[in-house]
Amino acid sequence: MKYKVTENENISTVFLDGEIDMDVADNVREVVFPLIDSGKEVHLNLKGVQYMDSSGISVIVESNQRAKEKNTKVELKEVSQPVEKVLAMARKFL
Amino acid sequence: MNTEATNLSEKKDFLVRSSSLKDVRSFSREVFEKFNIDENLREELVLAIAEAAQNIVKHAYKDYPDTQDRMAVRISCTDKELEIAFFDKGKPVEESKVKHRAIDDIKPGGLGTFFIQEIMDSIKFKEGDKPWINNLVLTKKL
Repeated sequence: MKYKVTENENISTVFLDGEIDMDVADNVREVVFPLIDSGKEVHLNLKGVQYMDSSGISVIVESNQRAKEKNTKVELKEVSQPVEKVLAMARKFL
Repeated sequence: MNTEATNLSEKKDFLVRSSSLKDVRSFSREVFEKFNIDENLREELVLAIAEAAQNIVKHAYKDYPDTQDRMAVRISCTDKELEIAFFDKGKPVEESKVKHRAIDDIKPGGLGTFFIQEIMDSIKFKEGDKPWINNLVLTKKL
């Protein structure tokens, strides 16, 4: 998994790339959570994510919960087709 | 690969580690291509397999993150059904405790089990034949 962060005023955009599973989920948390904690709006760009499992979905859910606590928000951008399929399945559960 | 008229089977073992999950997915994708499984179905099946393997790492070996044990995945296919079997030597699974969690308590294991239930037609836990402790069998009609 690779990532890149860009800043635009009060929005941080995290471009994630590769496969997001249990093995790298904590790496994503380490990148995203500090941005949320700083009070910025965070956009997760998922265009380059070819695979995501329940661990990746959990990171998204936890990021949303954390953002609410910090009075900010997390948005998903350019969600790839494979990730959209998994999100659709997760929505039945959520 | 053991090839009979309508029965294909491949098996591979992996170190019980989260870093092995990528290898489990690669193995699964290669096998599905060899078995000519419908492309629309492949990634869903890969997800189910990876979630089941993840559950072995997270739950059966919860207290042994540095284990040198290996887990095995066997993918078998007939004209009508796909069977995916997992073998591990970890903590015995208590089937009654394997369920997805409450909506307000999203954790990877709970959601992962939900994914497996959504994708596969049946999930059976068996006692593994020696040396294995656990044997999970997932099936999907083709």
